[in-house]
Amino acid sequence: MLLLNRDDLINIRNEYKESLNMQTKKILICAGTGCIAGGALEIYSELVRLMEEKGINCGISLEKEPHGESVGIKKSGCHGFCEMGPLVRIEPWGYLYIKVKLEDCEEIIEKTIINNECVERLAYKKDGIIHKKQEEIPFYKKQTRVALEHCGHIDAVSIEEYFAIGGYSSVEKVLFDMNSEEIIKQIEESNLRGRGGGGFPTGRKWAQVKLQKENTKYIVCNGDEGDPGAFMDRSVMEGDPHRVLEGMIIAAVACGAQEGYIYVRAEYPLAVSRLKNAISQARSYGLLGDNILGTNFNFEIKINRGAGAFVCGEGSALTASIEGKRGMPRVKPPRTVEQGLFGKPTVLNNVETFANVPSIITKGAEWYKTIGTPRSPGTKAFALTGNIENTGLIEVPMGTTLREIIFDIGGGIKDGKKFKAVQIGGPSGGCLITSNLDLLLDFDSLKKVGAMIGSGGLVVMDEDTCMVEVAKFFMNFTQNESCGKCVPCREGTKRMLEILERIVSGKGVITDIDLLLELADTISQTALCGLGKTAALPVVSTIKNFRHEYEMHIIQKKCPSKTCSALKTIYIDDELCRGCSKCARICPVNAISGKIKQPYVIDKDKCIKCGACIDTCSFKAIKED
Amino acid sequence: MNSNFMLIDNIPVRINGEKNILELVRKAGIDLPTFCYYSELSVYGACRMCMVENKWGDMEAACSTPPKANMEIYTNTPRLRKYRKMNLELLLSNHCRDCTTCEKNGHCKLQELAQRFGIKEIRFKNTSENREIDDSSLCIVRDKSKCILCGDCVRVCDEVQNVGAIDFVKRGSKMSVGTAFNEPLSQSNCVGCGQCAAVCPTGAIVVKNDTAKLWEEISDKSTKVVVQIAPAVRVGIGQELGQKDGENVMGKIVSCLRKMGFDEVFDTSTGADLTVLEETTEFLSRLEKNEKLPLFTSCCPAWVNYVENTYPSLMKNVSTCRSPMQMFSSVLKEHYKHSNKRVVSVAIMPCTAKKFEAKRNEFIEEGVSCVDYVITSQELIQMIKESGIVFSEVEPEAVDMPFGVSSGAGVIFGVTGGVTEAVIRRVLDDKSTTTLRALAFNGVRGMEGVKETSITVDNRVINIAVVSGLKNADDLVKKIQAGEAHYDFVEVMACPGGCISGAGQPFAKNDGKLKRSNGLYEADRMSSIKRSEENPVMMSLYQGLLKGKVHKLLHVEYKGKV
Repeated sequence: MLLLNRDDLINIRNEYKESLNMQTKKILICAGTGCIAGGALEIYSELVRLMEEKGINCGISLEKEPHGESVGIKKSGCHGFCEMGPLVRIEPWGYLYIKVKLEDCEEIIEKTIINNECVERLAYKKDGIIHKKQEEIPFYKKQTRVALEHCGHIDAVSIEEYFAIGGYSSVEKVLFDMNSEEIIKQIEESNLRGRGGGGFPTGRKWAQVKLQKENTKYIVCNGDEGDPGAFMDRSVMEGDPHRVLEGMIIAAVACGAQEGYIYVRAEYPLAVSRLKNAISQARSYGLLGDNILGTNFNFEIKINRGAGAFVCGEGSALTASIEGKRGMPRVKPPRTVEQGLFGKPTVLNNVETFANVPSIITKGAEWYKTIGTPRSPGTKAFALTGNIENTGLIEVPMGTTLREIIFDIGGGIKDGKKFKAVQIGGPSGGCLITSNLDLLLDFDSLKKVGAMIGSGGLVVMDEDTCMVEVAKFFMNFTQNESCGKCVPCREGTKRMLEILERIVSGKGVITDIDLLLELADTISQTALCGLGKTAALPVVSTIKNFRHEYEMHIIQKKCPSKTCSALKTIYIDDELCRGCSKCARICPVNAISGKIKQPYVIDKDKCIKCGACIDTCSFKAIKED
Repeated sequence: MNSNFMLIDNIPVRINGEKNILELVRKAGIDLPTFCYYSELSVYGACRMCMVENKWGDMEAACSTPPKANMEIYTNTPRLRKYRKMNLELLLSNHCRDCTTCEKNGHCKLQELAQRFGIKEIRFKNTSENREIDDSSLCIVRDKSKCILCGDCVRVCDEVQNVGAIDFVKRGSKMSVGTAFNEPLSQSNCVGCGQCAAVCPTGAIVVKNDTAKLWEEISDKSTKVVVQIAPAVRVGIGQELGQKDGENVMGKIVSCLRKMGFDEVFDTSTGADLTVLEETTEFLSRLEKNEKLPLFTSCCPAWVNYVENTYPSLMKNVSTCRSPMQMFSSVLKEHYKHSNKRVVSVAIMPCTAKKFEAKRNEFIEEGVSCVDYVITSQELIQMIKESGIVFSEVEPEAVDMPFGVSSGAGVIFGVTGGVTEAVIRRVLDDKSTTTLRALAFNGVRGMEGVKETSITVDNRVINIAVVSGLKNADDLVKKIQAGEAHYDFVEVMACPGGCISGAGQPFAKNDGKLKRSNGLYEADRMSSIKRSEENPVMMSLYQGLLKGKVHKLLHVEYKGKV
């Protein structure tokens, strides 16, 4: 149905609101990539089947004219608590069931849907306390959700439900109650800063594009989230795709653009299909296309799938890739706001940035500024991964401390180990250590300590992590993902990786640390694009914070966390060895020899440190050093 | 300080429309190093050698930073020196460093900068193991182990020549320059213009060297080696041999070639005179019948390749005239056909595509190509140096008879617009000096990529276009096909500026091209014969050797790429 004017939109919103209200109970099954992998879709089908079997009026989609009350069952976006998936949330109580299995479905329907009771065995428990409701769980308690507001709370594939919760009211507002100056002013006043890494003020960017004299302008949404361990943007695109479209439409109204592109990595098939679905829904209601809501504003959005090059997250490489060219950054000026996509003025923001826009428009800049810190207002979504108890997707106000994130929300380090460091900002960021735990996280504070917020990946590392190995991991990533254009990034990262590989294999020399720093300096000062300029950060920050670990690897040829296999020695304690020969028989490279009933020995030159002998020894005589 | 100045190393320099700081720095007399900057190409910004430091200590690439009034930059700070050295060291660590045996030895930009910045030690292991050499092309040889990925070749091939035979493949440290599907260059759509080799700062793309075989032919007592020298060569090699840039050193070349052992020495300008006569006849006949217009010139083999690859249906518009080199060689082979020695025809050309042209099936008869060897200007320089002749001391000599006369019209073939001017001289009824002078300034001369002019012959206005650079040619063809432009005669030279900037010549920037062009026009001015038809050699050829053989010896029907 085409919405021809403002009233049409208001009417349809009210109709579906009523319809949603008729669903007195709702089952929200997390249908994000993580929970789907855990079997969420099967759980969904099973719940539907059971309800139909039991004759429960089950509302799979919102009906315009509902006939009586029903139990809504929905595939929602990511709830965030990925560690505990598959997740099922049940409203109106807000129960969150974790690690749900197919065989739990019967009980959920019986107890909760029919008898209004909580299935306590499926609730989250911590320190002896049962947290029935999602909002009571420590993981959620300290979060503030703006961009992820609807993720996990609404049906991710239904525009009707999006209408019902007030969707597209910010588009309505900008089309009928605001002019472009006012829109931009509101965004500028909110001080929303780009969530993609740099933290450039979004309002200023839009104002610059608006000022360009060209008639053709573009809005581009960067969904090429490529940092290892980051999945914030993916979750927004999967869980609340209309919110992204809404943000883009507002930008288009503000800047006078006619066409938009969403650049999504092809590795995000679910995000692509949810966005495609959302675009076709929006189009069918006339929220995209010509004369939107009867105004003279026209706007179309296309999806462009990236082939998975990290560098295509860089603005000029991204636009080149959309144009069908090699994804390679170009020199600036001209900047993207002047000559971006197809050489035309272009607003390029990332998914999370656009997802913040609708709320700022409807609730106002003042509201937005009450969240976060004065210079970095609002929230930030982080993907919490690594050696942490609660991995998952979180959103916290800017200015939250690392301690709150890791210990309160994240539940601390896994298996009671000690916290060592956290890598923030992916391969372009740095590591933060114990002394940074009380740092208020925002764009500016992180820069000061040699890290960056980046797109928001947080990889937590415990005491068993080798920091040289971590630096090598990220350098390997950057080296592989360098586009190869400029000399320092192409050749320099390769040499840095070469040196790091040498160090972890015990062949490092003491001058290597200075050579690494010299290379890092050259690369960060002379590389062409942001990827190159920040490529060496993980190495610099690990050297700064853990220089002694580098030195141990180089001088003593020891890895303090015993991670680097080349630096391990496996030996037989002759006090404990009984000479049973079991180890010699299991050794795949015949490195162990000896006489029966006498202590055996390991030939260090032959040993490949596989550890098979350690596991097989009945007397714990084989040790690692 | 005046608002139109910026400070470069504390010295005020006036900004005068320069697009970037690099040009301004060079204007200030500082030779900022670069690998990937050419003012004719788009700014790529990859080599990072031209970094400068601003007053806040930020690094900026001079090639891609526009100058602003009151800007303060420094070009030689300790940090810059450190970064430049490191980036050079990084390039060298991944570069085949067999300098002494490299074709580019002594002309290599990387070698030059390594020396300039005193790189004495490479702290990284050499990883340029990939010595994959592609010598499938008759014109150029590619050696990936010497490639520094500055992208100059890629951009010239695409932006100037619109060919795009090569581009970047793979990424990061695996990136290289390659053809589509990694086919050998000979299988690609490369037209052989060699502009990639001309701009390549290292030995990664070089012109194929055929001198070794040629030396053997010269020393062989059973051969008669006849050689022709193309117009552009005489103004292209002087500078490398201690003469002035663009100086006409034809006489010295002739004398060198004789000293080296060539038996007969001629001037391709004589062949050009033949071309003028044939092409004019062809043009007038098409004009009369009003068919196959516009007539495209066919002197440039890279252009012929380009039409075959890109616009095969336009081949009928391309003149059937052989190029001056081929015409002249046909005449020479015919003239010496009764010689008791094996006749070896050599052409010294400013061009790489001529090496391909000489081996085209259309010019091979009974297994023998009409032109046996094409040697570029650079190869000639090498041969002169190899033979130990001190060029500056050589006395100029004249070319051999019976073909030792050529007109000024033939000489100016070496520069863009030359063919057109020569043809116009032929077709104009009024052949007074004033008319000729007026013609010279009527749009055919100059280094612009596209020039237009018109003349009136028999009350008919003839529209003429002169283009150099295949991108310009392609744009023009598209305009013609779209009906946006109408021409009767179109001269196309693949290399920007014409043969004087051919890839066989030592590399010249804009001022060098201008000097070479002036050198040719000066030769024309000094020539007593201005028009091809007044060349007495023509008269005797048409009445003698060519009688009944004009079509067989001077024309060709191209059958597509070999």
